[in-house]
Amino acid sequence: MIDNQMTWYMIVLSALLVNNIVLIRFLALCSFFGVSNRIEVSLSMGMAVTFVLALASAASWIIWYFLLVPLNIEYLRTASFILVIATLVQLVEMYIKKTAPSLYNALGIYLPLITTNCAVLGIALLIIDYRLGFLNSIIYSISVALGYTLSIIIFAGIRERIEMAPIPDILKGAPIIFITAGIMSLAFLGFAHLFGL
Amino acid sequence: MIYAILGLGVLGFVFGVSLSLASKKFFVKLDPREEAVIKALPGSNCGACGFPGCVGFARAIIRGDALTNACTAGGADVTRNVSSIMGVEAVIKEKEVAGIMCKGGKKEARERFRYMGVNDCKAAILIAGGNKSCTYACLGLGTCERVCPYDAIRIDNNYLPVVDEEKCTGCTLCAVNCPKFIIKMLPISNKIHIRCNSLDKGAVTRKNCSVGCIVCKKCEKVCPLGAITIINNLAVIDPLKCDNCRKCVPECPTDTIEDYYDGEPKYASLMEKLLDESKLKTAVG
Repeated sequence: MIDNQMTWYMIVLSALLVNNIVLIRFLALCSFFGVSNRIEVSLSMGMAVTFVLALASAASWIIWYFLLVPLNIEYLRTASFILVIATLVQLVEMYIKKTAPSLYNALGIYLPLITTNCAVLGIALLIIDYRLGFLNSIIYSISVALGYTLSIIIFAGIRERIEMAPIPDILKGAPIIFITAGIMSLAFLGFAHLFGL
Repeated sequence: MIYAILGLGVLGFVFGVSLSLASKKFFVKLDPREEAVIKALPGSNCGACGFPGCVGFARAIIRGDALTNACTAGGADVTRNVSSIMGVEAVIKEKEVAGIMCKGGKKEARERFRYMGVNDCKAAILIAGGNKSCTYACLGLGTCERVCPYDAIRIDNNYLPVVDEEKCTGCTLCAVNCPKFIIKMLPISNKIHIRCNSLDKGAVTRKNCSVGCIVCKKCEKVCPLGAITIINNLAVIDPLKCDNCRKCVPECPTDTIEDYYDGEPKYASLMEKLLDESKLKTAVG
């Protein structure tokens, strides 16, 4: 488990490997299977997730400690976090479209798709549950997103090989992809309880 | 309670106002032609043009990466509209429709076993290549019917797909999704189809199916234009050479050749056909 007393590198290690968001926590699976066809595409998806996740967790941290807790309405956190994330992604999309069209084109459709990515809401809720400070929240969410990027790039690399491999007819397409993801998840279980995390 | 309503209400209000302000501040002027092209396209997002949806196709046209006649679903009208928006000459292609290259339904084609799995061809083919004796035969479970965005294909009582040429737009989704590759895209003026897909030898095909091509070569001999050739144990019509004269139809002993013809011949003479072809070629070139 993670708490605010941990050093920053332990938080990074935990989020990146030991409690990998996709392969151990099974969040963000939709995009994990959806956009892992090619390594370049999954890299830009990972970039977009990192960007949004850092902003979203910072914004929801502020909303939680400066609005929901003082007003004693903690039970509204899911609703208000969804509101925050959706608005934020929209704002970011408009801003990037205006100021950096090349970045906007590189992120493409993935930027608005992240609004519905469960990893974003999941991390926003987790940083509250772990009682992390503001700086630690941002470190944690960025390293979670890097863990996501790591696993999706590994997966995309394997999938590029699978395209060429002689696979039995009965496993072609989705089945072999699911099996691969399962084996990857088992491999990441090897990190379990590393350094007592 | 009152704090909950106020808190979330104010939050939503602030976000809404800031979003609407931001949308004004960060407003990006789009190419006005893009909107016009999007409006002119059918909007069914079939993907036949090879771009992700109609919006993706419209952007590709604006960038100059796509031809204005690449929308097969829209046909000639859409090509004309889009070309006039972009200010280029419209090159009209002949409409292509899906042709079902198998006639072996439940009555005609023998079955090896009774399939009781998921009601979909793509699932059925995983079990020993489907339940028909002929490995090239239509499984008749209606993957093409479900995949068609225009309702142009239906499965008849004999478990064979029937194409409605009026509704078919030539988007090729059915042809791509058929696991047996039975559906071919043919020009709509081509009314004579050899409805068999079997590359087996004649004797094998005859055992498996009562309407399969048994490679007797009668159609090849009778065709005055040389439009029919036997390739890999299967008679194939070249739609560019065929003029719908129907001489092959009564010759076929197994009744494989289907006649969708209901009107005047496509061309009054061979000369006219050749003239028309040369016109087509110059248009393409």
